[in-house]
Amino acid sequence: MKREDFKDNEYIDKLVEELNATGANVMVGKMDELINWGRANSLWPLCFGTSCCAIEFMSLGAARYDMARFGFEVARNSPRQADYIMVQGTIVHRMAPVMRRLYEQVAEPKYVIACGGCAVSGGPFKKSYCVVNGVDEILPVDVYIPGCPPRPEAMFYGLMQLQRKIKVEKFFGGANRKEKIEEFFKEHPEEKGHIG
Amino acid sequence: MSDIKEKISKVCPSATFEEGEILLVNVPEKDWHAFAKQLKENKEFDFDVLSAVVGMDWKETIGVIYYLTSTSHNWNMLSVKVVCENRDDAYIHSVSDLWKVANFQEREVYDFFGIKFINHPDMRRFFLRNDWVGHPLRKDYDADPKLNPIRLDDEINEDDSKMYIEEGGKIVEKDSKVFGADDYVVNIGPQHPSTHGVMRFRTAVDGEEVKKVDVVSGYIHRGIEKLCEDLTYPQTLHFTDRMDYMSAHQNRHCLCMCIEKAMGLEIPRRAEVIRVMMDELMRISSHLLSFGCTAMDLGATTAFFYGFRERELVLDIFEKTCGARMSMNYNVIGGVIADLHPDFVKDVKHLIEIMPERLKEYHKVFSGNLIAKNRLVGVGMLSKENAINYAITGPSGRGSNWSCDCRKKHPYSIYSELDFEEVLLDGCDSYSRYMVRMKEIEQSIKILAQLVDNIPEGDIRAQVPKIIKLPAGRYYQQVEASRGTFGVYIESDGNKNPYRVHFQSPCFNLVGVMDLCCTGNMIADLITIGAALDFVIPDIDR
Amino acid sequence: MFNFGQWTAAFNSWLMGLGTPEWLGITIECVLIAVLILLTYTVLALFYILYERKLCAWFQCRLGPMRVGPWGLTQVFADMFKILIKELISLKDTDRFLFKLAPYIVITSSVVMLACLPWGNGLQIINWNIGIFFVLAVSSVGVLGILLAGWASNNKYTLIGAMRSGAQMVSYELSLGLSIITIVVLAGTMNINEIVLEQANGWFIFTGHIPAIIACIIYVIAATAETNRGPFDLPEAEHELTAGYHTEYSGIHFGFFYLAEYLNLFIVSGIASLMFLGGWMPFHIPGWDGFNAVMNWIPSIVWFVGKAFFISFVIIWFKWTFPRVRIDQMLSFEWKYLMPFSLANLLLMTLCVAFGWHF
Repeated sequence: MKREDFKDNEYIDKLVEELNATGANVMVGKMDELINWGRANSLWPLCFGTSCCAIEFMSLGAARYDMARFGFEVARNSPRQADYIMVQGTIVHRMAPVMRRLYEQVAEPKYVIACGGCAVSGGPFKKSYCVVNGVDEILPVDVYIPGCPPRPEAMFYGLMQLQRKIKVEKFFGGANRKEKIEEFFKEHPEEKGHIG
Repeated sequence: MSDIKEKISKVCPSATFEEGEILLVNVPEKDWHAFAKQLKENKEFDFDVLSAVVGMDWKETIGVIYYLTSTSHNWNMLSVKVVCENRDDAYIHSVSDLWKVANFQEREVYDFFGIKFINHPDMRRFFLRNDWVGHPLRKDYDADPKLNPIRLDDEINEDDSKMYIEEGGKIVEKDSKVFGADDYVVNIGPQHPSTHGVMRFRTAVDGEEVKKVDVVSGYIHRGIEKLCEDLTYPQTLHFTDRMDYMSAHQNRHCLCMCIEKAMGLEIPRRAEVIRVMMDELMRISSHLLSFGCTAMDLGATTAFFYGFRERELVLDIFEKTCGARMSMNYNVIGGVIADLHPDFVKDVKHLIEIMPERLKEYHKVFSGNLIAKNRLVGVGMLSKENAINYAITGPSGRGSNWSCDCRKKHPYSIYSELDFEEVLLDGCDSYSRYMVRMKEIEQSIKILAQLVDNIPEGDIRAQVPKIIKLPAGRYYQQVEASRGTFGVYIESDGNKNPYRVHFQSPCFNLVGVMDLCCTGNMIADLITIGAALDFVIPDIDR
Repeated sequence: MFNFGQWTAAFNSWLMGLGTPEWLGITIECVLIAVLILLTYTVLALFYILYERKLCAWFQCRLGPMRVGPWGLTQVFADMFKILIKELISLKDTDRFLFKLAPYIVITSSVVMLACLPWGNGLQIINWNIGIFFVLAVSSVGVLGILLAGWASNNKYTLIGAMRSGAQMVSYELSLGLSIITIVVLAGTMNINEIVLEQANGWFIFTGHIPAIIACIIYVIAATAETNRGPFDLPEAEHELTAGYHTEYSGIHFGFFYLAEYLNLFIVSGIASLMFLGGWMPFHIPGWDGFNAVMNWIPSIVWFVGKAFFISFVIIWFKWTFPRVRIDQMLSFEWKYLMPFSLANLLLMTLCVAFGWHF
């Protein structure tokens, strides 16, 4: 999907502007394009479902929706080989350290999609004593997919937004993703009792 | 059992009674264990099933209400209330030596209320981290997030457990270890493809053989019971859809029935029929998913897709009428929220028509296969006695030849008028559990076929007051969900919020037999057993 | 039938004709061949990945990759680019050297095996008198890599996966070897090229009739187990051991395992086609000269690759149909049924050859 096909995402347009501000030479630009094409079209998910959204994710893989069409179907069970974590379901306090560790185990480049109301904000369980109000409290999130649970079509839309986002990234030079992630972790350190 | 009060007074003179929908017996703590032993072993009572253990906080006192069922006496139920006077240092004798199901139930009560159970072999927290401060369901719980921030460090001392035993009239704390020093412990979960969610099994293995399974739960514990206490009755309904999302309709049906029963509300016939049809559709969808996941866990990935293909048809029916594929939020107090879609009858008839053929195809593709049979038959044996003792209801219990279908034992809604069979198999293994599910799909189809042409005209919802208040009292309602008997306990103090809501989920008990079933089997069998028991983790953790 | 040997001979004489010294000529040729093998290796592996993904989608009433390139043809290239530049994670408390060595052992053994296959008439890289024996020997080296990977990762899952793999490969190697020996008895040679030429008047599966068919079935089962594919994919056993022996590998190291897995599938199919279906030898019926001439018209390389793809299709079909077996069932199947059977079959074949009961 080309970015020009629909310009409905201000965030990505802003990102493109920011990235193109410094400019890049042709060779590097072409290499970037090739790499991003590879990355965007080969997004292997980590099987990570905690509740209802995971069942919808299974539907996404099943025959009617068939995410294999986009090359998303190579679901890896080992985080080392996955490209993105789709957080499907509520993240509770006991799960938070596990979640964080899983994220750290994923090899770069890695992306996080918060899928469903619970992962976006805590959803219906926002007021609970042990629910993390949105997975962005512990991980840097790239795409949010609302819904309870989101329909498979919504998940497709979210995944395509992630593809678009990857396609405007720069591998050589440009705004560095890794730095942003490090910044996030500096703000959310692992010390006891910092977040909350 | 009309003279049960006299009989109880004979064996336990200190007991007092409270009348209600289910008779409540007040027993002092010191007599509780002896009384419980009488209830279970005395043939006059024969309460062999511990249906629910509900921790309670009555502000001044704290205690536990036990719901017991007697399979031999017409599935009669009895509730027993045990109260601790000392809130801060509450002790109750454990009954986990009598009913094995109490093992995890009591750990849950300890986790939520801080009541310590004497002689319980393994008094650890069940849902919350072992460094959690406070017991959240107590009314005096301090919810300050500073006390319990999001901790990103790993839990420590996972192997340390405690026991409380009586020595010379005093209660002493004793340390115990979950695993021995030379156990080779493999950690399966919480992020694992085949634990059906975020369940964690710490498994001691000897080569490929499983020696012990330690169930660590709570990775999706969302505190639904506590949340309900701050909401009005109609607001509590939506949680049930998100507990066992594969039994969303049944669970919600149960909570609605419990509230309606308390209100004394009469439901229009049309709503009853729609509810039952939706329940059965949900059961089909759930069993299809279970088929798919069992096949996938055993490595037969293709069968999974076949199961999902038919499941999509059921979801289409839901979507047209309820507006959602999952988390339908369809039942409401007094009936259902929306009328049936015009296509409903046509779609259901289509499903009825194709399902028998498709079930044969599943058998061909998966369970008729020699490898699948070898993997399932004789794996995870669970005798009928153990099934009853561990309160394993639903298809898993019926696979052990225990007749435990709530639709037959405590007929609710219009089930008493319907013609269907309770599927019973006596293999006691994973294969029987699997086959029970497949046969239950046929029975659900049979129920749907009876109803699809007989949906009466009329209202879909009874008139309900704007603000719903239940009369003070205790209410308990059970339904047959896809995975077993689902119970709802509501204690009302007359306000518009429930004082206490407890959900007795079937999966909670299912996970309790993992250790029993897996010990002595291979690691690969652990996955098979888990798949055939078919638990849904958010239902366990709530 | 066109002999590719003409091309290579012509190239050799051209190279020598330029006045290059012999050592340089041989070096250049070796380098060229090496590049060619690696290229073939990559292209084949990528093709196989797509082949399996499309086939399994077909079995599962799906479409499979569709969006990246026409009919998803470039999907695997995207995967390759991605995996090439993915981070290589180095782990704490692992045996670094062995951890990094393991994927190379696995991939080297499968590259060497690839070089032994008879691609077409005169199109074979290594051809010596113990060819098939050499292939068997090299195929056993791969398991070493898997064991090392499992051991060096310092992870319980990988260790269990590696142990399973070791037990499985050592056991099934026996039936594999025995069924190959059965055919060697029939062919009377271990030279790969001669085995192919022996089948000019009918493939071994026809000329060797009953014992050859039994040997073929045993071979395909054992080969499925050798390549760790379903229903014998216990070393990976996704639903038990997350990803088995390569759980801790990321980036291109994982890519090597991934490619080797698919390439091994091609290699065992290639050997099956060599032993039972005549390698690159076209389908000949003695006496029907016109028919044979038409068959000869199809290039030999197409015959070989086509047969290999067919056998791979059968093995892929297994994987997407059968549930996974359990480790004890798998071992007892090998030791109690498959091995005695193949021994008896070897005896039967020997009798057939001794008394001339074959065609």
